Amino acid sequence: MIELRDVYKTFTRKEVKIEALKGISLKVEKGDIFGVIGYSGAGKSTLIRLVNYLERPSEGQVLVEGHDLGAYSDKELRAAKKNIGMIFQHFNLLESKKVFDNVAIPLVLLKKNKAEIRKRVQELLEFVGLSDKAGSYPSELSGGQKQRVGIARALASNPSILLCDEATSALDPQTTRSILQLLKRINAEYNITVMIITHEMSVIQEICNKVAVMEEGRIIEQGSVLDVFGQPKHETTQNFVKTVIQNSMTTSVRRTLKAEHGSQLYKLNFAGESASEPVLYEIIRSYGVKVNILFANTTEIQETTLGTIIVQLQGDPSQIEAALDYMNKHEVRIEEVKSYVLDINHK
Amino acid sequence: MFSTSITSEQFLKAIIETIQMVGVSLFVGSLLGVPLGILLVITRPGGVLENKGLYTVLNPVINIIRSLPFIILLVAIIPVTRAIVHTSIGTSAAIVPLIIYIAPYIARLVENSLLEVNPGILEAAEAMGATPLQVIWYFLLPEAIGSLILSLTTATIGLIGATAMAGTVGGGGVGDLAIVYGYQRFDKVVMVATVIILIILVQGIQSLGNTLARKIRRY
Repeated sequence: MIELRDVYKTFTRKEVKIEALKGISLKVEKGDIFGVIGYSGAGKSTLIRLVNYLERPSEGQVLVEGHDLGAYSDKELRAAKKNIGMIFQHFNLLESKKVFDNVAIPLVLLKKNKAEIRKRVQELLEFVGLSDKAGSYPSELSGGQKQRVGIARALASNPSILLCDEATSALDPQTTRSILQLLKRINAEYNITVMIITHEMSVIQEICNKVAVMEEGRIIEQGSVLDVFGQPKHETTQNFVKTVIQNSMTTSVRRTLKAEHGSQLYKLNFAGESASEPVLYEIIRSYGVKVNILFANTTEIQETTLGTIIVQLQGDPSQIEAALDYMNKHEVRIEEVKSYVLDINHK
Repeated sequence: MFSTSITSEQFLKAIIETIQMVGVSLFVGSLLGVPLGILLVITRPGGVLENKGLYTVLNPVINIIRSLPFIILLVAIIPVTRAIVHTSIGTSAAIVPLIIYIAPYIARLVENSLLEVNPGILEAAEAMGATPLQVIWYFLLPEAIGSLILSLTTATIGLIGATAMAGTVGGGGVGDLAIVYGYQRFDKVVMVATVIILIILVQGIQSLGNTLARKIRRY
């Protein structure tokens, strides 16, 4: 478990103070895959470095497994760090050492004996699928393979937490996917809590169960990925969501729309159960409302289907009212799309 | 025209003296310079054992010694030399100033080599909970080893140049031969021969350093 309590971090460079973090509070529960997303400069790198005290907070507390890292002596802190694995964007492997020795380093630091090290390293290399590369140098590996070595190294000391600092940002989409699947396996098989920082929404979508969105040193939105993706409140969050889920009408549909009297546009958001129920059929049949579908899309997040439909409803206001009521009861989240008439008038 | 005033024995003796002076001062100079270089890197702001006091003393002291021309240093520290080797002339008397000359030079070269190590690797080491000594031993030095060998190669060649001036205190060596017989007595044969020997020596050491660095890196 990781907990940040009202954390501030200020850097002073050449007499100029830079506030990197301005009052961050968050809680990562055991077994979570917690994503932190933000544009560069949002402070997410600083944030993840606080969790293993590579950076110390200027104010506030960082608690790992219930212990305040600030209360530890240097020695205790070093011991605590062995419980927190970390992987990096640029892998940070020792170029002078073979894959085997790179993975063995945390064990060497722990002064394990040779037989134990050999057994553990072989086990780890097998887990990440690199048994045949034990004798290679990092420069002979591809980016994805290097990150696998990084992961094996991070797991060597049996940590309960794994920190991923932009771990897939230097990889191509396909390699990214395979690394993410590996992280998911680590989380599931070893029950390791994973904290990921990234600027790619697809990373969050693919493996995280919780997400925090950062901007200018603050968390502007956090919660379960499903909630944040389903109903992004902040503009930055909406922009991130847009990068993986298209949720607005195409321009050509928008252009051909006619602003008719007695018709209104609604964005219907379905999640989970409601996504598999014939809600639209019901409102047509029972309330006699004309439904014109302008946009529809479904996305899977956290093994839950998230559906978005933009409809134009035509009919008697009281019928429309009743239809909306019905959908509300069936857990369809309804947003009125107001701007479309204005849009059209402007064009 | 090809006549010369020195014997081949003299020549051989000079070569041995040069090798002695370079060898001993390189060895002792490294024993002092390598730790000093490491100290410069780890105590600098942001280093693994940041120590502003030590760094701000060490840094200018090394600069001051390095700014003295060797010929001046040689003479200036005669009392120190006498205290250490109980004589102020001869090969062993030349070795003391050579060490004092080369140690800060090696410290700087080592500093540069270590600063080239990817900071990400040190961050990884810190994230693993490595102690400062472990950071140096398991991360910093192995990553810099190739570059360190090249640095020591440069230092060795610098030393060969400095030994030429060791003749001032009767240190002998090939460089001294070149100055005393070749330059001051216009003995062209000695001049050419010493230059050729120095070229071979420098080339050999550089190639050796390059080969060693490449072999040890293997990546």
